[in-house]
Amino acid sequence: MPSETALPGQKASGAPTETPLRLVGIHKNFGGVVAIKTFDLDVQAGEIVALVGDNGAGKSTLIKIISGLYQPSDGEIWLDGRPANFRDASDARAKGVEVVYQDLALVVDQPVYMNMFLGRELTTGPFKILDRKRMATETQKLVDSLDVRIPSAKATLSDLSGGQRQGVAICRATHWASSLVLLDEPTAALGVAETAKVEELILKLKARGAAILIVSHNMDQVFRIADRVSVLRRGTQVGTRVLADTTHNELVAMITGLTS
Amino acid sequence: MSTPTQTDPGLVARLGTVKWSNYVVYIGFVLVFVFFAVTQTQYFLNATNLTNIVIQAAPITIMAIGMVFVLSTGEIDLSIGSTVALSGLTAGVVLQATDQWWLAALCGLAIGAAVGLVNGIFITWVRLPSFLVTLATMGLVAGLARQLTDLQSVPVTDKAFVWIFGGGNLLGLPIMVWWTAAAVLVGWHLLRQRRYGAHVLAVGNSAAASRVSGIKVNRVRLMVFVGSAMTAALAGLLYAGRLQGARYTLGETDLMTVIAASIVGGTSLFGGKGTVIGALIGSLLMSMINNGLILSGLNVSQQMIVRGAIILIAVSFSLRGKKNS
Ligand SMILES: Nc1ncnc2c1ncn2[C@@H]1O[C@H](COP(=O)(O)OP(=O)(O)O)[C@@H](O)[C@H]1O
Ligand SMILES: [Mg+2]
Repeated sequence: MPSETALPGQKASGAPTETPLRLVGIHKNFGGVVAIKTFDLDVQAGEIVALVGDNGAGKSTLIKIISGLYQPSDGEIWLDGRPANFRDASDARAKGVEVVYQDLALVVDQPVYMNMFLGRELTTGPFKILDRKRMATETQKLVDSLDVRIPSAKATLSDLSGGQRQGVAICRATHWASSLVLLDEPTAALGVAETAKVEELILKLKARGAAILIVSHNMDQVFRIADRVSVLRRGTQVGTRVLADTTHNELVAMITGLTS
Repeated sequence: MSTPTQTDPGLVARLGTVKWSNYVVYIGFVLVFVFFAVTQTQYFLNATNLTNIVIQAAPITIMAIGMVFVLSTGEIDLSIGSTVALSGLTAGVVLQATDQWWLAALCGLAIGAAVGLVNGIFITWVRLPSFLVTLATMGLVAGLARQLTDLQSVPVTDKAFVWIFGGGNLLGLPIMVWWTAAAVLVGWHLLRQRRYGAHVLAVGNSAAASRVSGIKVNRVRLMVFVGSAMTAALAGLLYAGRLQGARYTLGETDLMTVIAASIVGGTSLFGGKGTVIGALIGSLLMSMINNGLILSGLNVSQQMIVRGAIILIAVSFSLRGKKNS
């Protein structure tokens, strides 16, 4: 049983009392190009917030800022009630921020377990020999617990379908995330059945108490899985809505800037 | 305790999923062996000749192991042939000047490390394609090798050097066999058992995925070029020791054979897949073919034709593997 004093980076057993993600006045410009004007958002534990907007609205930029790939030009990021100033992506990862990308940031010629531990491989003994056995066992446990159906943790990734691969990517994020999982269009490359599988998996993460921020192009998907939605239009945060209190039409109007 | 038997596929099922293309080199090795054993029984199938095949292959085997790491990251190193000559000549010159075998060896290896560093720096910092960088250093290093002794050969007579890097015998086995075994062991350990090896393969598969996973992509790339040049430098020492002399032509024709040995062994020309044991078998296969062709009475031009054809076939396999994934 995990103790009450779970270290950062390990999964705490109870629901955290602090807000997993708080963005305050995030601003980003690339030279003269303003990618994000100001952006504010809280994501609570066990909540799925969708981020929507047209191409070039600044969604990926925001994800990259939270995950440490970009530095914000202005504004504050708070994780679990503490200010986070990431120097780079490794720094953000070390503090438990995990990202699932649309283009599957995986290595296809390696087994599933190697992908699960990519960049953080387990070793054993004084000679630091790769501990393939333990990586495979832990991977198997994880995919089983999330009910991701793959032939084996030792299967080569190229032998899996796109949906299975994205399942592996989400398992990896779950395994390493302390409380926050970011997903940038995780189903954009998938078919209908595979998308359903991945959505099921995302809902499982939510049930486990993860805070989830998901970029999506798919309005039906947003209504299916998200609790709230925040809309970006050309770098401007147009608004944030509770899904139960909004309509498809209102969201489309917010995204496009056209009132019907 | 932790036996996930319910998820373990049965032996029959596993055999069905074996990728036979991964074993082409072993099958080829056996076929060629049997072919020469039958057609050239008298000369081919004896201990001396078989040991000779391993000894002849030693420099190629060692360089092929370095090349496996380079190819696995999706890069290529064309400068190894010239590095062989510069290292061998450097060792010869230092040996003449100081009579210290260890200093000569050290200088040869240091030259290799330097060439590798230059390659790596231009590829990672200046961000030039490895093909272009190593094509340039290939010429540059070859020029240095010619300049060093003004095209003259350097005799190597130091007893210790010649024993260690040439004709020595340890526990009943030629020293070349020991060098080969050591290189295979180190290479296999690095690629298969260390995090470094996992990172090499990951970078070759997807540099972007590696980067977001926190792998220091440029450091990995730099290291494979240093490693490759060091294996070439060691090969230069082995040539100098075996031939008891160094010349600017050392290693001149090795590049093709080294790349062929790696690729025939199952290492992908496009990164992400590499095998050290495969490179050993590939190198022995090339050496065996060479040996058999000579015994069969083919002349040098005919040997070149056959070797070129083998490389072509090997590259086709490598390309097909890429398309399937
Ligand atoms: N590295 C960068 N340098 C300059 N401009 C960028 C960079 N990344 C994104 N942008 C710009 O920021 C804006 C938002 O892009 P992005 O966040 O990728 O949009 P989205 O993911 O919503 O489609 C675009 O105008 C894009 O051109
Ligand atoms: Mg985007």
